[in-house]
Amino acid sequence: MEKYTINHLRELEAESVFILREVAAQFENPVMLFSGGKDSIVMFHLARKAFFPARVPFPLMHIDTGHNFDETIKFRDELAESTGTRLIVKYVQDSINNGRAVEEKGPNASRNMLQTVTLLDAIEDEKFDCAMGGGRRDEEKARAKERFFSHRDEFGQWDPKNQRPELWNLFNGKKNVGEHFRVFPISNWTEMDVWQYILLENIEMPNLYYTHEREVFQRDGVWLAKAPFMELKPGEKIEKRKVRCRTIGDITCTGLTLSTANSLEDIIQEVAISRVTERGGRADDKRSEAAMEDRKKEGYF
Amino acid sequence: MSGKESGYLDMELLRFTTAGSVDDGKSTLIGRLLYDSKAIFEDQMEAIERASVGKGGEEVNLALLTDGLRAEREQGITIDVAYRYFATPKRKFIIADTPGHVQYTRNMVTGASTANAAVILVDARNGVIEQTRRHAYIAALLQIPHVIVCVNKMDLVDFSQERFEEIKADFMQVADRLGNKDVHYLPISAKLGDNVVDESKNMSWYTGRTFIGLLENIPIEHDEDLSDLRFPVQYVIRPQADEYHDYRGYAGRVAGGVFKVGQEVAVFPSGMKSKIAAIDFGGEEKQEAFPPQSVTIRLEDDIDISRGSMISDAENQPQQGQEIELMVSWLSETPMALRKKYTLLHTSNEARCMVTEVLHKVNINTLEEVTDDKTVGLNDIARIRIKTTKPLFFDSYKRNRNTGSLILIDEATNNTVGAGMIL
Repeated sequence: MEKYTINHLRELEAESVFILREVAAQFENPVMLFSGGKDSIVMFHLARKAFFPARVPFPLMHIDTGHNFDETIKFRDELAESTGTRLIVKYVQDSINNGRAVEEKGPNASRNMLQTVTLLDAIEDEKFDCAMGGGRRDEEKARAKERFFSHRDEFGQWDPKNQRPELWNLFNGKKNVGEHFRVFPISNWTEMDVWQYILLENIEMPNLYYTHEREVFQRDGVWLAKAPFMELKPGEKIEKRKVRCRTIGDITCTGLTLSTANSLEDIIQEVAISRVTERGGRADDKRSEAAMEDRKKEGYF
Repeated sequence: MSGKESGYLDMELLRFTTAGSVDDGKSTLIGRLLYDSKAIFEDQMEAIERASVGKGGEEVNLALLTDGLRAEREQGITIDVAYRYFATPKRKFIIADTPGHVQYTRNMVTGASTANAAVILVDARNGVIEQTRRHAYIAALLQIPHVIVCVNKMDLVDFSQERFEEIKADFMQVADRLGNKDVHYLPISAKLGDNVVDESKNMSWYTGRTFIGLLENIPIEHDEDLSDLRFPVQYVIRPQADEYHDYRGYAGRVAGGVFKVGQEVAVFPSGMKSKIAAIDFGGEEKQEAFPPQSVTIRLEDDIDISRGSMISDAENQPQQGQEIELMVSWLSETPMALRKKYTLLHTSNEARCMVTEVLHKVNINTLEEVTDDKTVGLNDIARIRIKTTKPLFFDSYKRNRNTGSLILIDEATNNTVGAGMIL
């Protein structure tokens, strides 16, 4: 008898494709948040498969802190161009200029928190009723209880204690005017699944994920990239190292890994033997034990 | 299957649910699985150790790994279903971990709805108790295809085979009555690690698989309904590009059966017949599709199909009707109201309905039917009858979990208030 089973990557793919199609069917004006990191690249790849041969029926939106790796922006623009997808870019700098957000000061300053203001303004201005994100339940404990379809009130707030139960394949996207949903199509993927799928599907990734020589400095045990807007503290010095990104975010809070991995197979090996989580290098999570929960409640990704 | 999809890229996925209270050793068991399979990282472990010490706990409390919400940590409770992930070289696992107290029936039902297997923990000293019956009942109600009964704390009953056999016999009686499927029993000590990952040296009388061995080897290929062709249409794909001018594809996830190119099918609600012209996915043409694959189906004839339509077998058709009897698990603090209109989601279909009758409630501790109190409130399970505004195309939940399940939504609050299993 024939064996009708599919492997774990194909099952995760089928689940995510189902979610993406539900979004297209249930919402009038959805948008896909795109950071240029591996999770959003995989999410977009899944969306292309879900609607093939039609184009992806929603735009991509990047909340740009202005503190990016140049490679991220180049990769983002080329991907949107080559796939004929509409790309919306909203700038944190604009939120600062018009007084909606206030820049942090000092060497630890980051625009990561300010993104929430820009994001919520963009959702309101563009009248998006759903914003898809590449968040995964395994990456941070405040995300572990996040729903696939996560309801946000008219202030963009998340109420983790009062979430709608999610059963079977039945997703409730009902809402009142002014409210919106965050949808996380790759909720059930782990970091390892993401890399294995990238290998399986041969998905092109920014060079930042592979080993490269870069000018870096060490702060609180984390390697950070040299950049014009990064202020050094006394005792910190710039040196050249072979590094790669394990996550890609705002340059001010993206920790780099000393690594010589230059192929997907190498990266998978590295993930397999790694003893710290990928967010272990994220300065934004280290601010307090509930840093992610606090940001998410306010409307962060 | 391409050559690439072999080795570590080719693992099966098993979803299981665990239910239990703080003292039955569930955290210890899951913690051991996660730690031994390297799913807990050093920085997570350090954070848990820090937090456990801060709260005056003596042992490392693994709930702190996913009970990440501030309110949960402050009150030492689990609010909700927590999802955890780990993998062995053979399978990848998703655990839906739910608290086991009576007031959390809603969470257990939620966790069970997508599970292939239920893990039920029994304290060897206490044997089959009320909570055990409750877990067994929910596993049976939600038709979880496999049940693993872990008789834990065997070290506290001198690793006694008689005690294990006694508990096994008690549980078998419950399982027979409830109709639990494919039940496995094993004696363990989560604390000492006996029969968790490694075979027990203290219980040589037990010759079955270890816990991890069972999780890795339970055959899951027949968990889905492969005999009844069911394809709820989720979304219609109509490309704007000239080269695909005549393309009209029906996107969805196979809910039952093996669809093949050339097969004759019937489409509901119209009942019109056609043949499958092609099965596509992401630019690849496939010869067949089966659950739980997401694909796009094209038909030979141009018939009226939209979201909510169901493509099925031309002969073996789903039931259809507007008066439906089901078991409902109530999820809301506001009790169910007779004659009130609720929105209903079933496969990709949406309708409105009202509850016309409560036949009985179920006391999930004694498993008795209750007919003198018909108020259906939070965590209650009841047999009810509903009337829908338009016909649904369904199967009994026993036959197909995808086409036999539905949810009810309160139209005033938009909250999901009921989980239904069609009888």
